[in-house]
Amino acid sequence: METPVYVLEFEKPLRELSKQLDELRQQSIETNVDLAKEIRAIEVKIDAMQRDIYSNLSPWQKVQVARHPKRPYALDYVNLLCENFHELHGDRQFKDDQALIGGTAFFHGHAVMIVAQQKGRDPKERIARNFGMPQPEGYRKALRLMRLAEKFGLPVLTFIDTPGAFPGIESEARHVSEAIAVNLREMAMLRTPTISVVVGEGGSGGALGIGVTDRVLIFENSYYSVISPEGCAAILWKDGTKAPIAAEALKVSADHLEKLGVVDEVIPEPKGGAHNDVKHAASALGYALQKHLNDLRALNTEKLLDTRYERYRHLGVFEEAGTVRS
Amino acid sequence: MHFDKPTYTVRKTRKKDIPKGLYTKDPVTGDIVFNKEVEDNQMVAPKSGHHFPIGARARIAHLFDEGSFVETDAKVKSSDPLKFVDSQPYPDRIKRYERDSGLPEAVINGTGKIHGIEISVAVMDFKFCGGAMGAAAGEKLTRAIETAAAKKIPCIIFSASGGARMQEGIYSLMQMAKTSAALGRLAQAKLPFISVLTHPTMGGVTASFATLGDVILAEPGALIGFAGARVIKDTTKQTLPAGFQTAEFLLKHGLIDQIVSRLDLRDRLRDLLLALHVGRKDGVPATGKN
Repeated sequence: METPVYVLEFEKPLRELSKQLDELRQQSIETNVDLAKEIRAIEVKIDAMQRDIYSNLSPWQKVQVARHPKRPYALDYVNLLCENFHELHGDRQFKDDQALIGGTAFFHGHAVMIVAQQKGRDPKERIARNFGMPQPEGYRKALRLMRLAEKFGLPVLTFIDTPGAFPGIESEARHVSEAIAVNLREMAMLRTPTISVVVGEGGSGGALGIGVTDRVLIFENSYYSVISPEGCAAILWKDGTKAPIAAEALKVSADHLEKLGVVDEVIPEPKGGAHNDVKHAASALGYALQKHLNDLRALNTEKLLDTRYERYRHLGVFEEAGTVRS
Repeated sequence: MHFDKPTYTVRKTRKKDIPKGLYTKDPVTGDIVFNKEVEDNQMVAPKSGHHFPIGARARIAHLFDEGSFVETDAKVKSSDPLKFVDSQPYPDRIKRYERDSGLPEAVINGTGKIHGIEISVAVMDFKFCGGAMGAAAGEKLTRAIETAAAKKIPCIIFSASGGARMQEGIYSLMQMAKTSAALGRLAQAKLPFISVLTHPTMGGVTASFATLGDVILAEPGALIGFAGARVIKDTTKQTLPAGFQTAEFLLKHGLIDQIVSRLDLRDRLRDLLLALHVGRKDGVPATGKN
């Protein structure tokens, strides 16, 4: 096992063990002593510990995994799951936003439209992709591509991975609110099957701006929240370091979101998180996408739209004359 | 995105109405004005035209033909699906908001007539939890939109909100989708939706129904935006220009149709509805006169 460079706090015991493992291997080579048994023992221990740690992650720890710099991004999945992805650029009005991209591709032999929030892997790309924070043009391009999909009968697959829409002067002046709001309304009425999957961070309105879909899937360690745990902690607890408590209270994790009915399916991640085995994660996603696409293709358009409307119509819980309703 | 309350003040009266007492200071002119005089003038300072916040009930009283407003869905109230506790349990907060505001929720909705034109309306009130949109507020807004569609009448929503109701977590975010989807159906039915943005309209409310108006009006000086000023500063290190995120800024950038004084709103809404709705329905051109 190679020693990871980037280690999350809760993975430190794992790192200690893998260091030991490296040392043993080195020793075995240098001294020519057969340490296979000892090495195997540590490998088993690492495996068990990884399983143990990752099956008991707190909501805040999952947020860390969702933000892990090695976490697979949208294009990693698209490249593994699709053929002939061709990026289509620009909103036809102002610019090409590289934090929110899209294009045509073939998924299991069928043409689909990909709409994806994409983060950068190295510092240069991170800047080019604005750390995954789309500007108004990104949302407008997304809508353009979704309408294109509607026109030619392609299902839309959206990949959500953003800390949020970009908060900046230009963003406000070019009306990011309008760009998101229009997407919410138009996605609710798009006459083609739509599926979104939260692959990393589901940052509030910036995520929802490509997330009003027939089905919403989420990876096991992804999160989806109305506000970042840090932001919520700063406002309600007057202390940003209370983010772990806020993450718990906001119920941002995949398992919670499934119970709340906001997501339709949680995609399991390989042991140690999706970044530990991208192919494994992608294949689990591919399986789920195919299943949901089959379900949606079986519906006629009116039924599809009515079901979609009702899906969002009843999200939320309130009381009416003493009765709890949704 | 952080849908928090705005953290800077463009007016000195952000959080509360005019303080109790006889007089108040006009933040524009510095003059002392009689509270009674301001209240009688829909909370607009008579000389300077400064717009103090107005409560949902007072707005409704001034807006509609006398006795025409019928409140609906008054029993829709917030629940606590997440069992949310910060410095206090969420249900305790709700009770306090109810007590302090005298309102059952951050939205009051119903139907009424403006110069004889029947409309479905929802009015947000900042006094209740900063107008934050949770499931109950979202439900009332959605019902106002659906009522308009069912009765084939126009819909008007007055926004005043810091954004999403964090204590309802992801459900508060989903109200953006719920309200916007309902507006999609209203648009398909070719019924007008007029959005009136009042001080302040921020975050998830701006990024959903409030910005989807066929016509978008704003009150003078209203703070309107997506991200709070602090979030923008922290993220971008940008210095915010003077007047940033005010109604005037939005008008200049082409993001809203008009800034309308509260004193002119009733007549302006009539004129717009005559043109967009009444004239169209009767098949005769609007005359501009009722």
